Parts: sequence; structure tokens; C-alpha cells
Amino acid sequence: MTERAEIAVGTRPRAAWRVPWTLLIFLAALTLPWIGSRYDTFLGTQIAIYALFAMSLNLLLGTTGLVSFGHAAYFGIGSYGCGILMKTLAVPFWLAFPAAGFIAAAFGLVFGFFCVRLTKIYFAMLTLAFAQIVWAICFKWNDVTGGDQGLPDVPFPNLAWLGSLPGFQHFRIGELFYFLVLVLVAICIAVLRRLTDSPFGRVLTTIRENPERAEFIGVDVRAYELAAFTIAGGFAGLSGALFGIFNRGVFADFVFWSKSADVMIMTILGGIHHFWGPAVGALVLTLLNQQITAYTEYWPFVLGTILVVLLFVFPGGILGALDVALSRVRKQRDA
Amino acid sequence: MNPGFLFSQFMGGLTAAMFLFLIASGLSLVFGVMRVLNFAHGSFYMIGAYIAWQVVQWLQPSPERFWPAVLAAAFGVALLGAVVERLLFRFLYDREELYQLLFTYALVLILGDAAKFLWGTQQLSVSRPPVLAGGFELFGTMVPAYNLFIMLFGPLIALAVWLMLTRTTPGRMVRAAALDREMLGALGANVGTLYTGMFALASFLAGLSGALVTPIQSIVPGMDVEIIVQAFIVVVIGGLGSFWGTFLGSVIYGQVLSFGILIFPGFSLFSVFALMAVILILRPWGLLGRPLR
Amino acid sequence: MLEILGLTKSFSGFVAVSDVSLTVETQQIAAVIGPNGAGKSTLFNLITGHLRPDSGRVLLDGRDITGVQPHETCRMGLGRSFQRTNIFPKLTVFENLQAALLVHYRRGGNFWSRSDALYRDEVEALLVSIGLRDQALSLGGTLSYGNQKQLELGLALASDPQVLLLDEPTAGMSAGETHATIRLLERIAEQRGLTLLFTEHDMEVVFGIAQKIAVLHQGRLIADGAPADVRNDPEVRRIYLGHGLVHA
Repeated sequence: MTERAEIAVGTRPRAAWRVPWTLLIFLAALTLPWIGSRYDTFLGTQIAIYALFAMSLNLLLGTTGLVSFGHAAYFGIGSYGCGILMKTLAVPFWLAFPAAGFIAAAFGLVFGFFCVRLTKIYFAMLTLAFAQIVWAICFKWNDVTGGDQGLPDVPFPNLAWLGSLPGFQHFRIGELFYFLVLVLVAICIAVLRRLTDSPFGRVLTTIRENPERAEFIGVDVRAYELAAFTIAGGFAGLSGALFGIFNRGVFADFVFWSKSADVMIMTILGGIHHFWGPAVGALVLTLLNQQITAYTEYWPFVLGTILVVLLFVFPGGILGALDVALSRVRKQRDA
Repeated sequence: MNPGFLFSQFMGGLTAAMFLFLIASGLSLVFGVMRVLNFAHGSFYMIGAYIAWQVVQWLQPSPERFWPAVLAAAFGVALLGAVVERLLFRFLYDREELYQLLFTYALVLILGDAAKFLWGTQQLSVSRPPVLAGGFELFGTMVPAYNLFIMLFGPLIALAVWLMLTRTTPGRMVRAAALDREMLGALGANVGTLYTGMFALASFLAGLSGALVTPIQSIVPGMDVEIIVQAFIVVVIGGLGSFWGTFLGSVIYGQVLSFGILIFPGFSLFSVFALMAVILILRPWGLLGRPLR
Repeated sequence: MLEILGLTKSFSGFVAVSDVSLTVETQQIAAVIGPNGAGKSTLFNLITGHLRPDSGRVLLDGRDITGVQPHETCRMGLGRSFQRTNIFPKLTVFENLQAALLVHYRRGGNFWSRSDALYRDEVEALLVSIGLRDQALSLGGTLSYGNQKQLELGLALASDPQVLLLDEPTAGMSAGETHATIRLLERIAEQRGLTLLFTEHDMEVVFGIAQKIAVLHQGRLIADGAPADVRNDPEVRRIYLGHGLVHA
């Protein structure tokens, strides 16, 4: 995959079409409540939230090379954090939302501290163990988390100001919330993008590629891994906070390992080597899930089969496969 | 707290331990050789249980239905394991571990639903074989004969597998493969067949324990997940890849389960994973594993 | 510049390195040789902090760096290149070096700048000095073996070391490549005033550029001095009989 050398050394062919696409998709997504049904908007909200969740995982998986089986813990902590703050303590959304992110990040810091001391399968198992501990606490701590009943009726944030704008007046709270979610998720993703492109992100990729070599160019691998773990946890928490509201309630199964598995499958489905891979995976998997569960109760079977096909035929995920296809087209065109 | 009660708890713990050992040994074996943690191992256990039930149904009028059913289950699952390994799994050996793990997870999803499709969701059960239907009075408590059988059978299997690993040529090759797969291949050993055989053996053990547990526990969807979690704990306690570590881990964990529930009713959910976390933090290589650092 | 005092390390009873003391002067080119298993790689790992010695000390320019973590020793001026090429395969050559520079200039904690834009001139200069300018956009993993070794060297140089440890820099190379590599090393060492310590099996290389040679055998230092002295040392000759030392 040798690219032709550019005139200036090291200039990556920064394809000019990349920047407008993201903006265009964002603008198109904004129009969804007007052009689609309430159900479409509902799906769109879910996809946006999962996209953020998956992208936070990819900071670990695709960028740093850390395999976490317990990422749902931070999603759940964010959900409970925001839900409890808003419902039980009547804290307004604009405070509860970032607070949930910080709480989740704090847990990421504490759990991560122990996890980064281990490698590979041990690391993965400890992340899983911590996540299940969190689940068990959420499931049992009736007073605070509602136990196995969960925390129903988490209130929506006050969006009356938005609803009063011309053109927005016919929207219900669910649709207004969609706009909020879209904007917040977009901001978070933009931050993640910046992070990935920054020197910090570059160092993370060296850890993914070769942790031993990274040490010998001066990288304190554990410290960076911990930082990545904390940040990923924080963003997962933010997505969880949004989900708790969207779902009209927070429940312990947000933290269950199957959720960690789901988000991982999403990430891999889209392609872990591309920044937008997880978002694509979230979109595809959510839509597939909606479609297929309408026809059959055997969604796990379908998911398992998709996963097998993915692993054997498209290890780079959807975007990886597109890459391969595009480069073949390019080669034919140039030949 | 009379001695009879304590003793019965102890026996219960040992029985649980032996079941756990049968399952976890397969898991440990696969990890030791192929360096992959097979999530689907619990699914094989469950399939073993379902096959045993099915065979018992088919042999309905005949009195000695249990033992053929157990054998059918064990060999059936072994076959399933061999097929899965040969046709699918082997192509992932060169890939990153994550992909191998995800494949086993995909199997969990697929096999779980397959079982649901074939056998439905209600609880099923199998009665004990008539020869082991009774019990013995020991230390003031009634110990079922079947449990005693399991408590003796478990270590026997352990010994058999261990002997196979250390005394026979295939066994030694397996251990060599764990250390350096390529080298072994270069030496002319058929590593592929070895792996298939290993996987089949592990699956055999899983199917066997699934079949054997049916008189004691009902067969329900979700038993695959429940058991794999416990198997994980056991191999972590004992040390990933260590055979006797798994045995020790099973014994310890069996007692922890048995007595822990008395002390702390909400026990299993939290403490199981807390235990795992503690071990991974303090001594990741478990009791008998090889130290990482 | 680099002082090794009485380093000892054993692994569950097996003594890998036993009471090795060695001094490398500033801007000197020194080599450590010895049969396989003599303990050369272990010695390097002890120096760079990858392993903690059981006893003994390592001093870099007077500062005690014994047992200091590798990423710290790197910061303190110790560079290392590995025997088996150890680069970042899915990053381009440019990105490989840029990453090393980013860390060197302590910009790793920077979350906001675009890393692409940083230190481009320096990367370019580094590329030129190691001879990989026209491979800048190739992925590290797709380079030829020789080029990977050059990149390896580049990564070690990016941290602007004072002392460079090279683990078998010409391993697996043809005669021509070896020659080119040695010329490159000499040139770079002179340009940057580096102190070099390397291990090698190729005796022509060793006697070609080393100003000081240390011989390890079974973990112990059995000879240490100028090339001519080492070549004539009876013990060394005994150990290396048949390995080509005699006619170099």
C-alpha cells in the first residue's frame, strides 16, 4: 500500500471531499424530524447515542489497541449518574450531563489504574470483572439505583425554549431531545476527532503498534493507557447519560456484559481502523436489529452469524471493506 | 451450626467443585494449548445437557437410559467441537486474539439460540440413574449416592487427562505446542490434527459434565452463561493454563459458593466477580500458574 | 560516558549476567561480542531498564540510571535499536519518526494540536540522514528488511540520545547492506557526537569500526580492550576458535 510520494514529504493526501461530507451528514441528520416519522427520529436518537458509545470504545480498541470487555460499565455509570442527579436530586440537565461524564471518567481512572497493569487477556478479564461488579451493585442497591427495578421515569431536560422556536412548535419532547442529542454527540465526536489527531492520539497509536518500542522512544505506556481509559470512560458515560433519558429510564442491564459485547461488535462491524467506523457500525447494527427483531425472536442467532461473517470475510469491518474495494477501483483506473 | 449441617454444605461444595472442574478443565486445556479463552465452552456444556435429555426421551421405556445418554452427549459435543474447530476456528489462529475471542462469543449466540429453537425455553430435567438413586447416611446427614459418584468421578477424570498430557506422546506434543507451535510443526508433528483433537477432548469434557449435571440441576436457557462465568473464576483462581490449578481452583470455589451463600445471601452476583478482580489485581497468574513478571 | 559496574542478573537460578563491568568513553565506539547465550541481550536490557539487575549499577554521564524504567532512560539520553526490527508497522515511515519526535519534545500530553503539522522539518532532516526520504509515505510494515533497520535507527536517533545501544545492527544483511549500514552508523555517530555500544556476530564489522571490544562468555566478561589486544587474548581465541576471529 505504498502511496506515491507527494511533492512535500509527508503530506498525506488529504482528500478534499472529506470535510464537507461530515458537515453534510450532520445537516441532513438535523432535518430528520421534519422529513421522517416520530419513529425515525426515535431510531436516529438511538443511533447517535450508540455511535458516541462505540467511538469512545474505539479510542481504546482501534487507537490504543486495548481490548476492554467491560466498557458498558461506564455507559451504565453515566446513565445512573445522570438519572439519579436529574430524577432524585432534581439537578438540571446542563449540570447533570457533564457531571455524569466526570463520574464515569473517575471510575475509568480508578478501574483503569488496576487494569493497565495487566496485558491482553488478563486486562480484558479484569475489565469484565469490574464491569460485572458495577452491574451487581446496580442490580442490588435498591435504595440508590432502584435495584432490579431500575430507575424509571428519568425526566427530559427542559427544552421548552427550543419548542417555542418557529418551525419547532409541532414537535414533541422526544423530537426536541433528538436535536439536543445530535448536537451534543457531534460536539463529543469532534472532540474525540481532535484527540485522535493530536500528538496524544499519535502516541496512543504507537502503543497499539508496538508497546515495547513505544517505551523505548520515551513513552510511559501505562500512563497513556490510563489516560485513554479514563477519557474513553468519560465519553461512554456521556453517551449513557443521554441514553438514560432517551430510554425513559435507567436499568441494570445497561451495564451487563452483553452490552459491552454489543458495542464491541458495533465497533468492529464498522471498522476499528477508521475513525468513523464505529458510527457506521452503530447505524448498521441498530437498523438491522430493528428490522430483524420485527420478524423473529432469534436475534442472537442472526447477530452471531453476522459476527462470524465479519470475522472471516470482512475483518476490517464495513469501512475496511470499502477501502479495499475503492483501492481496487483506483488501481484499475490507474492501470 | 451442627456438624451434620456443615458436613452437608461441605459435600455440596465438593460436588459443585467437581462439576466445575470437569467444565473448567476443558477451558483450561484449550487456553493452555491454543491461548484462547473459549466463551462457547459453556454452550457446549448446555448442549451436552440437552442431548442427554433428548436421548433419555428417545430411549424412554428402557430403564437404563442414563448412561447411554451421557455417552451420547459427551461424544456428540466432542464431534460438534471438532467440526467447529476444523471448519471454522482453525482459520483464525493467525489472527489477533480478539478475533478468536469474538468468534467464540458468536458461537455462544448461535448455539444458545439453536438450543432455544430445538428444545424451547421451559425447564427440562432428567432423573437419576436407578443404580445411583439412593443415598448414604454420613456424619448425621444424608449424602445422595449420585453426588458421591460425582465426587469420585471428577478426580478420576482429572487423573486420566493429566496422565494423558504427561505420559502419552500426543499429550506431550500438546504441551510443546503450547510453548512453540511453529517449532512443533517444523518437527513434523501434525499440529492441526493435534489442535482439533485437543478441542474435541475439551468439548467432550464439557458435554460430559453437562450431561452429568442434569439429574441435579434443571436444564434451562442461560445455563451456558451461568456456567462459563463460574468456569472463568475457577481458571483465574487456579491460574490460566494450569491443569492442577484448575482442580484446586474448583475445590476452593466450590466451598466458597457453598458457604458464602450462608454468610451473605446476595453472594454470587457480586462476590464472584470481586474475587476474580482481587486475584487479577494481586496475583494474576492465580495460585498455580506461571508468574507473569 | 557509560559506566557499567558489577551488573549481575539471574533468572530462577540461571545466571545470565555475572558481575560485568565496562566503561565506554564519550564518543567512543564499543562492541560487545560473545557466543550466543553469552548474555549480550540481557546486558542491554539491564542497561536500558527493561530488566532490573540483582546487583550492580549503571551510570550514564555520571547519573545513576540503574533499574530506571525504559521510557525514563530514553529521556535521559539512552537510545536503543533492537535486534528484531521493532517499528510501528501500520504507521508510515514519516509518522513513525514524527511520533518519536513528539515524545522527545514532550508534546505527548498535547490534546489539541494537529500532530500532522508538527516537526515536519525535523522529520525530513532525520529521513535524509538515515536515507529513507523517498520511502516517507510507505507503511513501516511494508518496508524491506534493510529499510526497516534504517527506520529502527531513525527511531532511536529521534530521541537525540547521547549513547546509542545497537543490538546486532547488521543481522541478516548482505555484505553490501552491511557495508552501507556501517558507513551510515559511522557518519551519524560523528555528526551527532554519539557514543555507540553495539553487539554483533559479524567480526568484520566489529573489528572494522570498534575502538573498544568487550567479550562476554556465559555471562562473564572475559576480555575488554582495544581490538588488537582482544584479538590476541588467548582465552578469547580459545572460545572463538573456528568463528573467524583469527583471520579478521
